[in-house]
Amino acid sequence: MEPDDEIYANGEPDSSNNRNRPIISGEQLDIEAYAGLYTGRTKITRLLFIADQCGQNNNTAMQMEALRMAYEEIKKGENTQLFRDVVHKIDGRLGDKYGMDSAWCEAVDRRAVQKKEKLENELNAYRTNLIKESIRMGYNDFGDYHYTHGSLADAFKSYVRTRDYCTTSKHVIHMCMSAILVSIETGQFTHVTSYISKAEQTVDALDPNTVSKLHCAAGLAHLDSKKYKLAARKFLEVAPELGNSYNEVIAPQDVATYGGLCALASFDRMELKNKVIDSINFRNFLELVPEVRELIHDFYSSHYASCLEYLGNLKANLMLDIHLHDHVQTLYDQIRNKALIQYTHPFVSVDLHVMANAFKTTVAGLEKELEALITDNQIQARIDSHNKILYARHADQRNATFQRVLQTGNEFDRDVRAMLLRANLIKLEYKASRKL
Amino acid sequence: MYTVESLVAQIQGLSSSAGDLSLLLTHLKQADEFLHNESTRLFPFLEQLDPTLHSLERQALLGQSPMSKREDWFCSSPGFSHLVLQIRFYCFSMHLIDASYLFEVVVIAVCKSFKDQVLMLEAPIRGVVPLLEAVKKLRSSEHLTTLHPDFLQICLLAKCYKTGFSILEDDIFEVDQPRDFYLYCYYGGMICIGQKRFQKALELLHNVVTAPMSSINAIAVEAFKKYVLVSLIYNGQFSTSLPKYTSSAAQRNLKTLCQLYIELANTYSIGKISELETYIQTNREKFDSDNNLGLVKQVVSSMYKRNIQRLTQTYLTLSLQDIANTVQLSSPKEAEMHVLQMIQDGEIYATINQRDGMVRFLEDPEQYKTCEMIEHIDSSIQRIMTLSKKLTAMDELISCDPLYLAKVGRERQRFDFDDFDSVPQKFNI
Repeated sequence: MEPDDEIYANGEPDSSNNRNRPIISGEQLDIEAYAGLYTGRTKITRLLFIADQCGQNNNTAMQMEALRMAYEEIKKGENTQLFRDVVHKIDGRLGDKYGMDSAWCEAVDRRAVQKKEKLENELNAYRTNLIKESIRMGYNDFGDYHYTHGSLADAFKSYVRTRDYCTTSKHVIHMCMSAILVSIETGQFTHVTSYISKAEQTVDALDPNTVSKLHCAAGLAHLDSKKYKLAARKFLEVAPELGNSYNEVIAPQDVATYGGLCALASFDRMELKNKVIDSINFRNFLELVPEVRELIHDFYSSHYASCLEYLGNLKANLMLDIHLHDHVQTLYDQIRNKALIQYTHPFVSVDLHVMANAFKTTVAGLEKELEALITDNQIQARIDSHNKILYARHADQRNATFQRVLQTGNEFDRDVRAMLLRANLIKLEYKASRKL
Repeated sequence: MYTVESLVAQIQGLSSSAGDLSLLLTHLKQADEFLHNESTRLFPFLEQLDPTLHSLERQALLGQSPMSKREDWFCSSPGFSHLVLQIRFYCFSMHLIDASYLFEVVVIAVCKSFKDQVLMLEAPIRGVVPLLEAVKKLRSSEHLTTLHPDFLQICLLAKCYKTGFSILEDDIFEVDQPRDFYLYCYYGGMICIGQKRFQKALELLHNVVTAPMSSINAIAVEAFKKYVLVSLIYNGQFSTSLPKYTSSAAQRNLKTLCQLYIELANTYSIGKISELETYIQTNREKFDSDNNLGLVKQVVSSMYKRNIQRLTQTYLTLSLQDIANTVQLSSPKEAEMHVLQMIQDGEIYATINQRDGMVRFLEDPEQYKTCEMIEHIDSSIQRIMTLSKKLTAMDELISCDPLYLAKVGRERQRFDFDDFDSVPQKFNI
């Protein structure tokens, strides 16, 4: 395609979009497929999260579907507390089959008590014998026990306790990974970061897969603390060999989505090209989520309308993601702003009608968005509201320098005089205090 | 020994020339105790002395008379005009005699009592001119006398802001009493506010707020309140963190003491005119009792200006209707008045097209090419050069000051032994 057409396509997105009409997943999230990506506890919490979100949006069919799957999943495990919660949430709306199963609960609870006693006895025996490795195993078993029964705080404590009994660096890594897993479940990302750095210090026992897992966890932690750029970098470093091995926390699809969106929102063009589009590693992840790949490419080649369309279609599903939902709006705003800035950057004047067309919005709305960006000094331009044209504003260096010089002079003048006065006052005070 | 009669005779005889005058001063000083004892009998003799010629002596006599009698005497109108003349005379005779320290003290004492007098008569305007003369005569360059704050106070009460402002334009570097300095800056700030010279006001109030102080004082608190308001009017913002050279007492206490004003600044920073107005309405009485309601109202109107100014950064043309909408004014007509006013004040550069109700914002026409501008810059450079010379001189002066050296030496010693002595102590001795 020739460059001329490219620019033209900018303004007239409808014609250009036809050439590679992509698969847009505007339809509802396929919960079954989604849940299939995960294993363990996160599968249940994710399902419950979807149910909650759908409950808020009055999407009962989807809510029930999620709850049903969660019910089945819990039945496989031993977490009776969670089971009771889910049954309460279902509230009999799925028929008798998904009601309260007290017999199962009691059986599981009884077994749990027995197991706990057994573990306690074992641990006590180990402790009296002072065999380090056995004590570590004991605590570890305890952690696992608590984890499966849903008391995450106790699980975390038990896992951390193994730390004193770690003899090899492999043990340390194991301890860290368990602690990270539990902390992510409870949402305490400060713990996550501290255990990641601890794990990274034991260099000798790190295999590539563990490194990738740590990168994922670090990315999540940064995402949680709204450091999108750092999060993007971490996700981009994840090796494609990760595959499905960290399913109890994150699926490779998520790596692509999180990393892609964060990169789009926070990287400049250079970095986007080098680290995302040209990255062989990350390309493998992007293949898993073609929508994200397409929208990144569209963004880079300035097909903003189709990029924003993809984003709009993805939004509903991303809002159902347990880690991303809080950040979707911020990320979207940042991406949109970046698109607006990039669009206006090369031009001396832009017709707002054409631009509004490119961004699929009204002229008045666009004017408001641009106004905010100009006020933030992100776009150097002024709007001719009468003729609906945006003019780039080239700062007059000479005038600006004069202005700054005069201002600096005044400030210096004021500051020095105030300083001399203060020095005098301090001198007075000191003399007075000496006389006393 | 003195008698009153002999003293009066002496005064009358010795007032003719400058040399005699100083001799007379010593005489009067010696007669101090006697005068004190005889104070009640002094008044009749006062009348014998010609006010223009003998006012110094009269003051010496007067200084000894009991307070109550003095007030009676002042209240009579001839007494008042005597005092005025007296000050005039002092200012005049300052040229004749070398302004000795004693003389300065006498002048200050006279002016102080004069100020009290004027305040008591509730006619501050009568005091402005004599005090102005006194301040001008008494001031050695860059020195703050105790008369300055008094004069500014009188000016404030008499609403003679212009007269007061003329004094403020001189630089002040030396201070005798911290309290004088606080008051000078506080009253000066208020006068500048009256003159709408907000930049200067901000500078003066800033001086009070950041002045070194070991404990918080009422002047600083009041000054801080005005400082917040003025910086909102002038800068459109108020950063809650004070500069780090501010005394710790001020940093700790000011914000808690002036919560009302900090809140106002926070509300202002949100940028919604309606919220600001409701906040002010709910706290109206408190602002009023602080005598700051007028300034608070100016804060509100400054917000309209600030918002319009922001539009000039963003738009080339904008209809009056849109301005009214964004700035939350009720009608395009009102918006037009605001814009017009701001164009007149030189705060924005714009033209209004009344036919289609469009405002066209222009760039700042200042091109920094005119002769005046060059001269202005040149004078600024000169001023700053003298200032930085002064700074260097001051720095040298302090680094030679024995007091300073003693203090620094004491503090240094503690480290010296540990850090710089590589040789063990016992070998040193």
